[in-house]
Amino acid sequence: MSSSPRAPAVLLLGVLITLALLAPFVAPFAPDAVDLASRRAAPGFLHWFGTDALGRDVLSRVLYGARVSLAVGVLSAALAVSLGVAIGALAGYVGRALDAALMRLTDAMLSIPRLPLLMVLGAILQPTLPVLVLLVGAAGWMETARVTRAEVLSIRNRGFVEASRAAGAPVKRQIWRHVLPNALPAIAVAATLAVGRGILLESTLSFFGVGVQPPAASWGNMLYQAQSTMTTEPWLALFPGLMIFVTVVAINSLGERLARG
Amino acid sequence: MGGHKSLGTPQTSDLRLPTLVSRLLQSLLLLLLVSALVFALIYAVPGGPLTMYLENPNVRPEDIERLRASLGLDRPLLEQYLSWLSGFVRGDWGFSYTDGRPVAVRLIERIPATLELIGVSLIVAILASVPVAVWTAVRPGGWLDRTVNGATLAAISLPAFWFALVLQLLFAVWLGWLPSSGRTSVLDRGFSDRIGHILLPATVLAALHGAAWTRYLRSSMGQALRQRFVLVARAKGAHERLVRYKHALRTALLPFVTVVMLDAAIIVSGAVVTESVFAWPGLGGLFYEALVRRDYTVLMAFLMLSSATVIVLSALADSLYRALDPRVRVAAA
Repeated sequence: MSSSPRAPAVLLLGVLITLALLAPFVAPFAPDAVDLASRRAAPGFLHWFGTDALGRDVLSRVLYGARVSLAVGVLSAALAVSLGVAIGALAGYVGRALDAALMRLTDAMLSIPRLPLLMVLGAILQPTLPVLVLLVGAAGWMETARVTRAEVLSIRNRGFVEASRAAGAPVKRQIWRHVLPNALPAIAVAATLAVGRGILLESTLSFFGVGVQPPAASWGNMLYQAQSTMTTEPWLALFPGLMIFVTVVAINSLGERLARG
Repeated sequence: MGGHKSLGTPQTSDLRLPTLVSRLLQSLLLLLLVSALVFALIYAVPGGPLTMYLENPNVRPEDIERLRASLGLDRPLLEQYLSWLSGFVRGDWGFSYTDGRPVAVRLIERIPATLELIGVSLIVAILASVPVAVWTAVRPGGWLDRTVNGATLAAISLPAFWFALVLQLLFAVWLGWLPSSGRTSVLDRGFSDRIGHILLPATVLAALHGAAWTRYLRSSMGQALRQRFVLVARAKGAHERLVRYKHALRTALLPFVTVVMLDAAIIVSGAVVTESVFAWPGLGGLFYEALVRRDYTVLMAFLMLSSATVIVLSALADSLYRALDPRVRVAAA
């Protein structure tokens, strides 16, 4: 667990999270302040990332958008991982019919293409932020469930678990106290990947207009309008996407380091 | 987009006798479960598929009632599901809400364009990922290994839609080298015109999936090279090339093939993003049009068709793995 090789990713994520949290203090403008006098301004001294069709400052919107995008990513991953760990641990530890049923459900959920399914649900529900978190999280537990189940299967028959079983510990205690702590490294990797996936899913849904609804800014929905005006205002398309890219690279490289241990 | 990699691990099963038949049965059951899930998710959400009309002031409540009755939405959910399912199995996928044509026809006419795009992307991705993965696996820790690792990590972190926009901006808007969208030009439909049109969307798909495959093969080849049979082969004095390409690569390629097959199924739906940004007239483009117009019969059929593709290809990949891997083959016999 040496800290040096993963420092850049952690540092970058730290900076991003800090900027997002401090958005009201560091953003040069209010995110929805309309300034019709300086519409469609190219990046410059006053507006580092330029302005959009309403004269809103893109840098400020990117900073406020970070809050939405990061929150959806982290919260949806938290939901996905909780569901996945619960389902995977139950399937792996209890076994038999419950295992078969839960794993068939996992297979089925994995067979339905995630993005189109979420796009349809987003179109029907026009989700608010909590609903969006719920949707992305509920569509993302399967990988964690499989990883957890595999870990639990390999841990459950080791000596120390059998000893606790022989000593008459209740199943709940066996799982919480002995099995899950040993499965934690694998779950941590799955959780990291889930955050990156959540951010990508949110941005893709919002890009198609079925995720975060305007006027709230997220990195994805800032790109929603950008395609049609890309020829004249390319900065609208470049900066929010760059933020998504940089964030997900940092998260995935953190996940890679964790996986290597 | 990642996340389905775990599908690539072949599942061990103790069903010995006719594996193919049992695998087929499993797939059918899975398909049934998927159909129930898709149906429940789309129809059981508050308001159901007619939600959008509720907000439209031009649609009167009695019209909504009439529509609901004509679509059978006033019947019990189970009854609706069974009649939808039996229709779907018989190839009656209903009619498009937007243009009234049969959904099956609308989907089928889009298949060639999607197959063309996916086929080209797959070939490019395989041709790029296999040599790169093998080259870096036999030289672990080298500068190329580290560069490829960084580059592929970046590529799998790319938001596909943004990557597509950036390519469009760079090559179509600024440089003007390539057309920004579509499958052919209006007038020129020659071979070079088609190549020009497919280049950018195929690059997006090939880069995202090729990067994931490179990482996968790099890691499984690295593992294979550390196996004891490789050590044995080397100890017996086998030529290093033989060790690498006959023993290690063969072992590593098997799981790789199953991953590629599963990904191929997932690209069908993953192409939604690429196709809609580049206005590619395939299934993904159709899905996006249907989404914008809330054309539920088309959306349902698309979800079912793409899930079925995933299930069929995963069953095929599984069978192929059993047939090709001597360890599994011997164990099953």
